[in-house]
Amino acid sequence: MLDWLPENISTYGADIDFFFAVIYYITTAVFFLVAGAMVYFLIRYRRRAGRKAEYTHGNNTLELVWTTATTIAMFLLAIISKPVWSEIKETRPPADLEVRVTGKQFNWEVLYPGPDGKFDTDDDFLTDNEVHVPVDSVVHVHLRSKDVIHSFFVPVLRLKQDALPGRTITAWFEATRTGTYEIPCAELCGFGHSGMLGHLYVHSPDEYSAWVDETWPANQS
Amino acid sequence: MSDATAAQHTSEAHAPHGFISTYVFSTDHKMIGKQFLMLGLLMFLVGGALALMFRWQLAYPDQPLPIIGASQSFIETEDPATAMDRTWVDLMSAEEPGWLATNMPYGVIQPAFYNSLFTMHATIMIFFAVMPILVGCFGNFLIPLMIGTRDMAFPVLNMLSFWVAVAAGIIMVAGFFVPGGHAAAGWTAYAPLSADPQWTGVDWGQGLWCISLIVLGISSLMGSINYITTVINMRAPGMTLFRLPLVIWSLFIVAILLLLALPVLTSALAMLLFDMWAGTSFFSPAGGGEPLLWQHLFWFFGHPEVYILILPAMGVASEVLPVFSRKPIFGYKAMVWAMISIAFLGWLVWGHHMFQSGMSPALGTTFMISTMFIAVPSAIKTFNWLGTLWRGSITFTVPMLNGLAFVSMFVIGGLSGIYMASTPVDIFIHDTYYIVAHIHYVVFGGSMFGIFAGIYFWFPKMFGREMNTALGKLHFWLTFIAFNVTFFPMHILGVGGHMRRIANPMQYEFLHGLQWMNVLISWGAFALGAAQLIFVLNFVWSILRGRRASDNPWRSTTVEWTAPTPPPHGNFPVPPSVHHGPYEYSVPGMEQDYLPQTAPAGATAH
Repeated sequence: MLDWLPENISTYGADIDFFFAVIYYITTAVFFLVAGAMVYFLIRYRRRAGRKAEYTHGNNTLELVWTTATTIAMFLLAIISKPVWSEIKETRPPADLEVRVTGKQFNWEVLYPGPDGKFDTDDDFLTDNEVHVPVDSVVHVHLRSKDVIHSFFVPVLRLKQDALPGRTITAWFEATRTGTYEIPCAELCGFGHSGMLGHLYVHSPDEYSAWVDETWPANQS
Repeated sequence: MSDATAAQHTSEAHAPHGFISTYVFSTDHKMIGKQFLMLGLLMFLVGGALALMFRWQLAYPDQPLPIIGASQSFIETEDPATAMDRTWVDLMSAEEPGWLATNMPYGVIQPAFYNSLFTMHATIMIFFAVMPILVGCFGNFLIPLMIGTRDMAFPVLNMLSFWVAVAAGIIMVAGFFVPGGHAAAGWTAYAPLSADPQWTGVDWGQGLWCISLIVLGISSLMGSINYITTVINMRAPGMTLFRLPLVIWSLFIVAILLLLALPVLTSALAMLLFDMWAGTSFFSPAGGGEPLLWQHLFWFFGHPEVYILILPAMGVASEVLPVFSRKPIFGYKAMVWAMISIAFLGWLVWGHHMFQSGMSPALGTTFMISTMFIAVPSAIKTFNWLGTLWRGSITFTVPMLNGLAFVSMFVIGGLSGIYMASTPVDIFIHDTYYIVAHIHYVVFGGSMFGIFAGIYFWFPKMFGREMNTALGKLHFWLTFIAFNVTFFPMHILGVGGHMRRIANPMQYEFLHGLQWMNVLISWGAFALGAAQLIFVLNFVWSILRGRRASDNPWRSTTVEWTAPTPPPHGNFPVPPSVHHGPYEYSVPGMEQDYLPQTAPAGATAH
């Protein structure tokens, strides 16, 4: 099952995949125990001539034991999940690069602040569906929407964040490998939801410089 | 037979009933229960057919539907080769594009229509199939019979609740045929997509969807009032709360959940209608509104709703397993408290649908904790079902097979829920097919197998005839296998990152390697659909020509089996008294391996 996960190129992606694996092993074990017990009982306790069922209404000790064990296990899963959730959604390391992505039926409008580092100034660069970032850099993505709810989903980064009209939500990531990766929309946004697609370009430092120079030619040093 | 006839004469003090008052506007809870069953089964087939359409599109994107679509030859050469091709040429050349030309030109499902298909599949299955059968049919048919009384507290209200549900159904189906097409914002109808026709092109369809569900809510509220009053006030002497069969507990709890949850949905739907048609901005930021408000309101209803969908099926399993293990349910009181816990905790978890929504992540953490906790009572119930089987004397009747499938498939559905409960893991699997897999393991694997178990189990009492066992087993095995072929691979699709609600996976390179699974799933779905025809055949044939059933063919202890088969108006020729718990099987020292609830006191201490 875990082999079907897309490759992971994200710093925190490894943490998410770790939890996925932990829960996978626990739930698979529980499933085989429960299903195994069930199949065993169904075979072993089939109706057979001369054997009566056992007349019992239950066992309070057993109830207490399995209730407590399950409660503790579930509580532990919650406790250990929390730090990773906080790391991804509640805190952000300082940004090496900021970009504003606005969902609009049915494209990702990407706004780069340009060399001055400020949005909504003259050197901003606006394009559709292309997010260019350097590898091993912390990127802050300021998510907005011009119409309905979209969801910025980058499978290889294990990143998903809904983009809402009327507010800006900031997500972050650090990509650990170069390459080109897809950015689908993950929230039904209308008849063009299927096919709404951007691309993430993770560049080596040289490639990134080249892209910057190409995009802001006046600023070449 | 003569007992039933005599009872019918004594309980009917007035003129014989005509067709209309017997079959249409009956106030007899048993007839109303059967009416809900017919409505639910019909809508189950409609909802299923919608799914088969979009499963075709997913397996073979943009290919014409089979049989009604244009031929391959026509697609390639534009030269009509078959009668169907010529029909399409005519349809497409009409001045005003008709319904078919708009939604599936040449038999190719359009993206906007695709969105309506999955929206309506879910809406119809949840509101018009599962709820009418589990709550409307089983609630109505079983409550008076199993608590030992003559009918519901409010028989006329009961009759109204069915016809209001039918009105809601008509409004819902009408949405397919209005300009702009049917609702296409998902059964979850997130705003602003649903709130402003400019985003979907759908206006009347979304409005009718809202109105239909408001009307259906009225039907459910009427039912809830009846069920709660009847269970509290009309139990036979000796039927204490802790002697109630677990299915009655489940229906009682569900009636309370509906009473409290539906007003929230109704309010949200009204606000949505106001945004759509009265210029308000509850959910639109442009007017000062908040999109997340819709989600909070919807899911505050929506989460208790999913427990409404599963609890009666759990109740059915708790009836069927003891009968066919000839053993009391293991941990009756724990089972009751587990259901009450599920119902209570169900109000505290709604935010787990909103982890990635932009809601405060800190709030997300609190919902993660409550969600992890709600797994506990369901686990307790599973262990108790296993305990019921342990050291039993098990027979594999058709109801039992379906009941066992309920337990095992619900376990899978419940375990998959744990992944979503963990907020970091949910970042990845939210809005992927992992969720779709979970949904279907609990609602089909759980609720539907529970429904089949209940129908096969109570059919003899309902219709006075037996269903065919061989067809029942064939239906079960084909359904069980096809169900797993259809829905298990969806877990893998989700792990691969396959998004929900997309019409063409081939638009995404990273999904190409998963597409073979979409083909497999679709063929599983076609097989699953075909298998249900066996059930329909068995059901209809058995009503018309099935072998006459005895009063208690399953040798069960609960009170409904002491009524004649089928029960007359008033149910019991002599009002019953209850002296024992509901699951007294294989009592030591007794020759007979079951002790009916109504048997005289003294045989056992319960």
